[in-house]
Amino acid sequence: MNAISLAMTDSSTMLRRNLLRMRRYPSMTLLLIGLPVLFLLLFVYVFGGTLGAGLSTGIAAGADSRAEYLTYVTPAILLMAAASAAQGTAISIAMDRTEGIFARFRTMAISPSSVLTGHVLGAVIQSLLAMGVLLGVSVLLGFRPDPNPLGWLALLCLLTFTAFALTWLCVAFGLVSKSVETASNLPMFLVILPFLSSGFVPVESMPAGLAWFAEHQPFTPIIETVRGLFTGNADGGTALVAVGWCALIALVSYLWARKLYRRDPAG
Amino acid sequence: MTAPRPPAIETTGLRKAFGDHTVLDGIDLTVAAGTIFALLGPNGAGKTTTVNILSTLISADAGTARVAGHDIDRDGSAVRAAIGVTGQFSAVDGLLTGAENLRLMADLHHLGRAEGRRQSAALLERFDLTDVARKPAMTYSGGMKRKLDLAMTLMGSPTVIFLDEPTSGLDPRSRRDLWDLVRGLVADGVTIMLTTQYLDEADRLADRIAVLDSGRIVAEGTPAELKRRVPGGTIVLYLNDRAGLEATARAFPEGARDDDALTLSLSAGGDIPSIRSVLDRLERSAVTASHLEVTSPGLDDVFLALTGPDARKVAL
Repeated sequence: MNAISLAMTDSSTMLRRNLLRMRRYPSMTLLLIGLPVLFLLLFVYVFGGTLGAGLSTGIAAGADSRAEYLTYVTPAILLMAAASAAQGTAISIAMDRTEGIFARFRTMAISPSSVLTGHVLGAVIQSLLAMGVLLGVSVLLGFRPDPNPLGWLALLCLLTFTAFALTWLCVAFGLVSKSVETASNLPMFLVILPFLSSGFVPVESMPAGLAWFAEHQPFTPIIETVRGLFTGNADGGTALVAVGWCALIALVSYLWARKLYRRDPAG
Repeated sequence: MTAPRPPAIETTGLRKAFGDHTVLDGIDLTVAAGTIFALLGPNGAGKTTTVNILSTLISADAGTARVAGHDIDRDGSAVRAAIGVTGQFSAVDGLLTGAENLRLMADLHHLGRAEGRRQSAALLERFDLTDVARKPAMTYSGGMKRKLDLAMTLMGSPTVIFLDEPTSGLDPRSRRDLWDLVRGLVADGVTIMLTTQYLDEADRLADRIAVLDSGRIVAEGTPAELKRRVPGGTIVLYLNDRAGLEATARAFPEGARDDDALTLSLSAGGDIPSIRSVLDRLERSAVTASHLEVTSPGLDDVFLALTGPDARKVAL
């Protein structure tokens, strides 16, 4: 077997393992899907009436402003779902590490990259699942996205790429953590970061320093692009920045994770 | 007789340091194919580091090693294809069932569907896990997890197997079960290197033992050879009362006293002159011991004599 077909075979074996684990531990998957849905309901029904009225002048707080806010906030909650799924990856990586499973894999004649690849593929699938469910709930609440087929494809690509980048970052977090607890806490900021972006309120409404941060952190261009794609008027420049951030995060995290995995002695 | 097989494991001058801390300080070992070799030593002696290096998990700072005929540095993947490793903690996926864990190993060995199923079933049967094969491994007892762990290691028929403290944390019955399984493996012709801090385990299982202390091999040989190398055993004096113990302790300052049992243990040969000399000193100090007991040297004595800060210098 040559190196590439070995990597494919072993990666798909590892992916099968991770998918099986998700089925065996459904409470984790349900939590990853359930929590963002809860956030969506909270933000739309509790805060949405007032926040929506603040988005643009001329809407009174009420049903109209709530519908407006649903459209506004859905992209942010989608990203939160991706971040929280990635957080789950950090935990399962740390579990494999502390339980000696990685050590076992590393003493076997398998493709070295397959172990992490299997985790990443599984997590991206889980993440897309969580985002799909969330989008479905959002549509049930009255969200009416309006992209053309190409827009949908671009949306799928961007969300997959974002999930991919966040997952690699969390793989590195899982490997660098000494314990499962640390691995679960370290990626917490990824769930917080969307709040400090244009995801929940317009950046202009924030104080100057915070607005600067929100303007320049990676979640803002990603959320803006997703929002633009939903309404069919995405800005090409912003999209490029979004893709650039994802590529940067994915590349740096991948190299970091690979280094950590190779030198990891204890397992 | 068949032609002698080349050694399964051969190391020369293996060294490893983590920062300033030297963990292995020149390890030379030869393990004959088809035998059980025990690395015996206290915690921190370097046992696990040795196994980690030989199983290609980490690389040595200096020295060379061949495992199953392959150089660990130059031909790591050939080494990995020939070995099986059971680490210190049961590395089983608790969310998967026993059968699924084995099938995972079969898939990673590229055995193919039918062969994977066949070997899984055979291993479950051999390790007495068939009844629980469809239950998640996290519901298993410690002994069952260990057995599954070992079964996973055997998938793909490795020729050299490393067992790092295979019975730590097991109850006596599970330990015995595991010992039987390990003996059975060697009967099939595989080579086993195991680490242990239990002397009885090394004594019962190993063909040869290397005693490791602070990163050096301080003794090596068959269990019988090691026992022979340490002079003498212990003479235990049983006293009638505390006053007698005090007096005896003054007369034998080198002895180890046990105030509860009212005994004083002396490291001394079990031969007649040694016993006579102890009795003479006892008589001169005018204390009466109720009786004495002579124990012949066991591996315990070897271990204590050779390892730790109080290691007696034994000419070997």
